[in-house]
Amino acid sequence: MNGVHDMGGMDGFGKVEPEANEPMFHEEWESRVLAMVRAMGAAGAFNIDTSRFYRETLPPHVYLSSSYYKKWFLGLEEMLMEKGYLTRDEVAAGHAMQPAKTLKHGKFDLGQVERIMVRGKFARPAPAPAKFSIGDRVRARNIHPATHTRLPRYVRGHVGVVELNHGCHVFPDSAAMELGENPQWLYTVVFEGRDLWGEDGDPTLKVSIDAFEPYLDPA
Amino acid sequence: MSHDHDHHYDHDHSELSETELRVRALETILTEKGYVEPAALDAIIQAYETKIGPHNGARVVAKAWADPAFKAALLEDGSKAIGTLGHVSRVGDHLVVVENTPRRHNMVVCTLCSCYPWEMLGLPPVWYKAAPYRSRAVKDPRGVLADFDVTLPKDMEIRVWDSTAETRFLVLPMRPEGTEGWSEEQLAELVTRDSMIGTGFPKTPGAPS
Repeated sequence: MNGVHDMGGMDGFGKVEPEANEPMFHEEWESRVLAMVRAMGAAGAFNIDTSRFYRETLPPHVYLSSSYYKKWFLGLEEMLMEKGYLTRDEVAAGHAMQPAKTLKHGKFDLGQVERIMVRGKFARPAPAPAKFSIGDRVRARNIHPATHTRLPRYVRGHVGVVELNHGCHVFPDSAAMELGENPQWLYTVVFEGRDLWGEDGDPTLKVSIDAFEPYLDPA
Repeated sequence: MSHDHDHHYDHDHSELSETELRVRALETILTEKGYVEPAALDAIIQAYETKIGPHNGARVVAKAWADPAFKAALLEDGSKAIGTLGHVSRVGDHLVVVENTPRRHNMVVCTLCSCYPWEMLGLPPVWYKAAPYRSRAVKDPRGVLADFDVTLPKDMEIRVWDSTAETRFLVLPMRPEGTEGWSEEQLAELVTRDSMIGTGFPKTPGAPS
């Protein structure tokens, strides 16, 4: 979706402000939110792409004015309500009032912690040969799905070169909408900065994205 | 570790913010419904606080500086090479290591959310996840670097890697001069988090840290 989360190339957000000796969490609740998201995801309530989609669909003014973990919290709460793991009445009351929904992988208990500290695997067997080879010129498609996609707006319509082939991966556009993993070939595609930003762009700049095959046409 | 649910909220201040109350309520509901065990949440947080962090990435970079065969393997297949170091946090299958050279500087961003090599660098800093960096890194990286007091030669290529999939990128910075004969442990002390994102350089030998 063409949301405010798709920030590449936007102007007006000001300077980057690094914080010296930044703590891992600024408030304790942030750590609880992180842990709940990780736990409920691991228990099978949602996948990582769905959780990203719920953050992206926060109203633009909420997205832009909320801290990072506040966005995580708001996305989590909404997602769990929509998926039927809790109800609005329960959230309002602050207590469970309805029977629990069965989690695909069961309750998240202490025995599950070790496995979530290992990064998940997203590579899948290839359903078809790769369409593109390293060195091929490709054009990012001019598509604007209203649902989740990982093709940023700033490259759409532009021509780049395939630089790496990462194999077949879970396709976020499908997984986010709970339409299955639908594995697709994944490539690093590199664009000239001036092709993206015009003649005033930095002539020394090259930008790459990781693009799934359905995002690309031959050029 | 205590299983007492309320112990996370033993703050000095008597008033809880609206967000704190809502987070607390959500955890109560998830616990009462039997979805999560609070002690497991405690353990997740503890694991993030102790097991991951830039020290993991620094060891990898230092080894690459000291060991040409490891460096070659790391650039060929980052996940596989790091997998041979038993003591470093497990990074999964999709880590790509990109090398800074005298001609090319690499910088990593996630314009769409906050993708970041957690196992190598820990949880990302706020600036990495915030709008100014995500919006400008792909369009005006030299301007972003100026915010970090970093200046590159005018003719140096800048390559920005936008982390739009589950691949993760780690920058291998150039080894500082004046470190000949240093041990991997000494070298690791020079490797900063930002130098592995591409928004900074390693420390200079002898400079105050």
